[in-house]
Amino acid sequence: MSLSSALQMVKATHTGMVRSHNEDSITTDPEIGLAVLADGMGGYNAGEVASGIATALISSETREALIRNAPHHVDKTTGAPIATRLLRDIIAKANTSIYQSANSQPQYAGMGTTLVVTLLCDNQITIAHIGDSRCYRFRGGKLEQVTRDHSLLQEQIDSGLLTKEAARRSQNKNLVTRALGIEPQVEAEIHTHPVQSGDLFLLCSDGLNDMVEDGDIEMTLEALAANPQLAAEQLVQMANDNGGRDNVSVILIKVRKDFPADDGWMTKFLGWFK
Amino acid sequence: MAKLILSLDGQVIKEFTLSKERTTIGRKPHNDIQIDNLAVSGEHAMIMTILNDSFLEDLGSTNGTLVNGQPIKKHFLQNNDVIEIGKYKIKYASEAPSTLSQEDFEKTMVLRAPAAAAAPKVERNPTDTQTGVQPVVAAAPAAPAAPAAAPAPKEKLGDTTITAQVPPPAPAAAPAAAAPKPAAAPQPAAAAAAGQGMIQILSGPNAGKELPLSKPLTTLGKPGVQVAVIAKRPQGYFITHVEGANFPVVNGKSLDAQAHQLSDHDVIELAGVKMEFFLKA
Repeated sequence: MSLSSALQMVKATHTGMVRSHNEDSITTDPEIGLAVLADGMGGYNAGEVASGIATALISSETREALIRNAPHHVDKTTGAPIATRLLRDIIAKANTSIYQSANSQPQYAGMGTTLVVTLLCDNQITIAHIGDSRCYRFRGGKLEQVTRDHSLLQEQIDSGLLTKEAARRSQNKNLVTRALGIEPQVEAEIHTHPVQSGDLFLLCSDGLNDMVEDGDIEMTLEALAANPQLAAEQLVQMANDNGGRDNVSVILIKVRKDFPADDGWMTKFLGWFK
Repeated sequence: MAKLILSLDGQVIKEFTLSKERTTIGRKPHNDIQIDNLAVSGEHAMIMTILNDSFLEDLGSTNGTLVNGQPIKKHFLQNNDVIEIGKYKIKYASEAPSTLSQEDFEKTMVLRAPAAAAAPKVERNPTDTQTGVQPVVAAAPAAPAAPAAAPAPKEKLGDTTITAQVPPPAPAAAPAAAAPKPAAAPQPAAAAAAGQGMIQILSGPNAGKELPLSKPLTTLGKPGVQVAVIAKRPQGYFITHVEGANFPVVNGKSLDAQAHQLSDHDVIELAGVKMEFFLKA
């Protein structure tokens, strides 16, 4: 079942005003409810390579996996939706792939990427992330950060060492504690949340939230909710107007209407016998 | 690496480098910075340094610790902060290596516990992926040792810019991480020096009303019918179509989907209402 009538996905990415190339990579597949954003790191063009592998591999693997699996069904062993396991496995695959390229080709040594992936199905959103790329939810005029960065700064905030305001002035902004492709194994943080019609999900690289304050992001989404593409471009422009010190990428997912899963009579019928 | 410059009555006594995770200040001889004066408590204060950020904490001293004239319990040190302990002044100077451009520092990097060996290379070749090597996991939990309830340090913005100084003598534990990032995202500079953008309604029931364009974005029109947005940017004010079948008309000409920069006294027609954009000195 295609979700593209219920989900509008738009994206925008920009190199920024300072960097020479864009190491961010983004992809969306509204039909299957998938959006992937990766912010690569590594010398020369290795950052792009890492983020590129992540987005390409995750989108093709997810598409394939969804043919065989219903992501909203509950996994009997864990009690979590199948989507959680699918994303975990696919992200592990992407990690291995980046890690191996990094180790087999000297020019890619040490490359890695942050990641945020969302998979929507059956009025739910499953969000997986690694590092400091974020997912926000805009609902009822309020912007809320859904993911928690895997970063030194977040750890310092959690431990009470820094306030959120002081954190904006920290010099340790860009240190992530988890990334894809750096080590043989990585654990993605994955959560599933209910979705309401009218919700707007924002996926972004740190180039956005470092340059544009949450209040301004909220105001932009509020003002431009009717035109997500314009909102995405506006956010990128604001990051650049504020200095654009990093690559900036934005994906917006607008939930136009409910999207309950349709299992079909055969599946339901078979479900009786499980 | 950041430095502390200890002085008394304007005379510099000694300089210290913040090379350790914990630097203690007090009267007793075991302190890293010993100040032998009765106004100074035995264990007076402590500075915790995590990569490039340093935090000052008063250790329950008798006579207290001031930063820039304000008594503090806990404080996130900024370049050129002056710590006062008794009659002594300690200036905090955070140093940023100048050999590397700011851009190199701002790249996102991964921190992980092992791999200390990678460190020196990182120093020399900033464009390589930098896998930081600080035992963060150890450093961060150390934090709660400080009373977590301590009121958050409130500092003024303003003197937070970190000026690049002499490159440090190859810090051992690679925090090439040093990202001398100017303070928080600056607000967009006041758009166009020419003045504050305003909209005056020319027709309809609200004719005569003025609307200041003070926010970064101002939406105009009727939701569901026709909406446009005016963005305040460093270069000036820009109008863009948001929704509706019709596009806004500026000076008699219909716009396309692109943003259009407004000039003083442009006349905009939107959802059947005429309005004028002007700059107020």
